[in-house]
Amino acid sequence: MLKILKYSFFDLMRSRWSYVYFAFYLLLGIVLLFLNNDLSKAVITLMNVIIVLVPLIGTIFGVMYYYNSKEFTELLLAQPLKRSSIFLGQYLGVAISLSMSLILGLGIPFIAYGLFKSNAIWDFSLLLITGIFLTLIFTALAFNIALSNENKIRGFAYAILLWLFLAIIYDGIFLMSLILFEDYPLDKLSLIGTMLNPIDLSRTLILLKLDISALLGYTGAVFKKFFGTNLGLIISFIMLSLWVILPVLRITFKSKKKDF
Amino acid sequence: MVSIENLHKKFNKNVVLNGIDLSIIEGGIFAILGPNGSGKTTLIKSILGMVIPNKGTINVLGENIKNSSHYRHKIDYLPQIANFPSNLKVKELIKMIKDLRSHTNEDQRLIQLFKLAPFLDKKLGNLSGGTKQKVNLVLTFMFDSPLIILDEPTTGLDPIALIRLKDLIQTEKDKGKTILITSHIMSFVEEVSDEIVFILEGQIYFKGSILELKNKTNQSDFEHAIASILTNNHA
Repeated sequence: MLKILKYSFFDLMRSRWSYVYFAFYLLLGIVLLFLNNDLSKAVITLMNVIIVLVPLIGTIFGVMYYYNSKEFTELLLAQPLKRSSIFLGQYLGVAISLSMSLILGLGIPFIAYGLFKSNAIWDFSLLLITGIFLTLIFTALAFNIALSNENKIRGFAYAILLWLFLAIIYDGIFLMSLILFEDYPLDKLSLIGTMLNPIDLSRTLILLKLDISALLGYTGAVFKKFFGTNLGLIISFIMLSLWVILPVLRITFKSKKKDF
Repeated sequence: MVSIENLHKKFNKNVVLNGIDLSIIEGGIFAILGPNGSGKTTLIKSILGMVIPNKGTINVLGENIKNSSHYRHKIDYLPQIANFPSNLKVKELIKMIKDLRSHTNEDQRLIQLFKLAPFLDKKLGNLSGGTKQKVNLVLTFMFDSPLIILDEPTTGLDPIALIRLKDLIQTEKDKGKTILITSHIMSFVEEVSDEIVFILEGQIYFKGSILELKNKTNQSDFEHAIASILTNNHA
């Protein structure tokens, strides 16, 4: 698997898009830090960008990479390699190179700004960890979609819809249901609702850590009341890990049964 | 070498292989023939584990291939259409496949044989179909495996390369290897193969030597013998 990972990773590292993605974060980091001068505000703004953008890029890159490397995959399948190592290697190649762009793109301006001397280092680390989780989750979901759809256009459409649903529509439905059923106790519902969406989960996780009650919203407040800050953090991490593990398991399962 | 029992495969509702029983002994050149869409490539891909059969067992060198990948060390496979990652250079691809399988020095000889040296630094996406096929041949023949599977090996090759390919196949046969070939070029099949396996509608219609086929169909010419099978069955 490591060999496949290596080839996929270097293949992507040579691609223009990795640099565009990296440059975007670099620019965003520089603008936010040096024009804003307030580190914790910069972290919050970054959170809002990361939570929407990372899933989008992860999904699109994942689907794109899978379909573009179809020929490569077929070549590999005839070699004495396990199917699971081929697909997991490719998946990790994409996810790691995207995470690298994120870490370096944001890390460089923050370090230049003097992150190591400030208290925001944990907030910032958490932000990066969540970003990496989201990359792992959405790239895995994208690979799942691509594996299940031979048709490229359909695969792309499903991937975009998935992102749109989890990033925007889900919140809308969630909010509507909270308003609709406001006469009933909604603690459990909103807890489950948050856990079932990795984007919401990440947002709650970061806000819990930043401890900004004003931004927490209803679900965040329930989360905090229910679990407390520390347990809340741990539970969110467990849920995020599950969100990585389950799609990855499906990749190995699905790839074993597929015809090429 | 390869034994296949009761192999079934369908894609959605389209039945491609319908109970194939085939056993291929060690040593010699076997041509797998059949009309378009008869399931030749599916059969080959099943042997390679790229297509998962719905039913049936396949043994390669005495080992059941189900859920196994290690047996592919013993197979060299030439895919039908040379679809390579287009942003890789020829020498990078060769290096990569060597890295993934095992070390070999045969590639240098093959590169010379097919006169590929000027193309080594070119990207695969910029190569002509014939040159891609030559790269494909290098990748296949550079390992020393007991079973060689060639899917339409002649596609796009010029006459010189074709002669080289025939020599190459002959040398491998003389080493005692088993070679499976599919091709639509009947003269090529007639020239190289020891035995033919004819697939029709997902089943083995005929297995034997070319002479036996000619006798069976009462045709003196191999191409006509094949054509007569097809017309008699589709009339």
